[in-house]
Amino acid sequence: MSWIVVAVVGAMTILFKASGPVLLGRRELPPRVASVVEVLAPAMLAALVVTQTLGGDRELVFDERLLGVAAGGIAIWLRAPLIVVMVVAAATAALIRLF
Amino acid sequence: METSRFRDGVRAGLPLALAPLLFGASFGLLAVDAGMGWAGAIAMSATTFAGSAQFAAASILNDGGGAAAAIVAAILLNARYVPQSLAVASIFPGSRRRRLLESQLIVDESWALSGRSGRFDYGILAGVGLLLYPLWVGGTALGTIVGDLLDPEAIGLDAAFPALFLALLAPYLRTRKARVTALVAGAITLALLPFAPPGVPIVAASLAALIGLRR
Repeated sequence: MSWIVVAVVGAMTILFKASGPVLLGRRELPPRVASVVEVLAPAMLAALVVTQTLGGDRELVFDERLLGVAAGGIAIWLRAPLIVVMVVAAATAALIRLF
Repeated sequence: METSRFRDGVRAGLPLALAPLLFGASFGLLAVDAGMGWAGAIAMSATTFAGSAQFAAASILNDGGGAAAAIVAAILLNARYVPQSLAVASIFPGSRRRRLLESQLIVDESWALSGRSGRFDYGILAGVGLLLYPLWVGGTALGTIVGDLLDPEAIGLDAAFPALFLALLAPYLRTRKARVTALVAGAITLALLPFAPPGVPIVAASLAALIGLRR
């Protein structure tokens, strides 16, 4: 039974990931479509941040992740490199979990 | 070949390398517990290559939730790859077959890192993806044999990734249109998280990009 899950989810995910490069490819987009695609990145990034910071199973979960991300936010504000931002966020969450 | 461009991507992905190994092992363990077998676990990591959907599917099977529920949950979680894939459509070179193959290297991390300079870069996306893919599949294989390597949450990895995405979002916020779009997308996600099935809030948030139509 689990093989059906592996096959269907795998096939659908392959199609999802291929949709842009295979269907649109390198063709020039109409300006109106291009202006939407242009702001997809900030929209998706913001959604990823909120989901991974507060997301639970149909609930908002306020836990160590939020404090870790807040500490990471301070590092970003101080113009720290990406790796430092990640370490600050991870260390903050891990340390708070210890206590 | 574009070896040097890939090398930049591999270097950009190195700080993330531990995560796919640890999360991969956790998935391998969970998948075996869920009755998927070692082959099923590895096959899923090799074809789906997307953590959250794989964890959701395996947990549902493990809880006796049935194949249909597992499939629906995983597909909803991965539907975000459609808008992500559309955003990077133009950067993939070569034939249609090559684009189909290389587009499979799109995961949240490779996708987000490849846009860090404000426009998407093929070498970074492919390099990060090429680094993470064997670690994810290998971590899964390891997890089916030896179980958990180290609890990713104990070292705070679940907070490191949203912080990474926040850092990658920051440079976009310089223009007003992107700022408004990000705010609306974040608000949509926040509003839907308590009610909608996992995965749906992100896809709904992509509609915020319609703000791009405004001048």
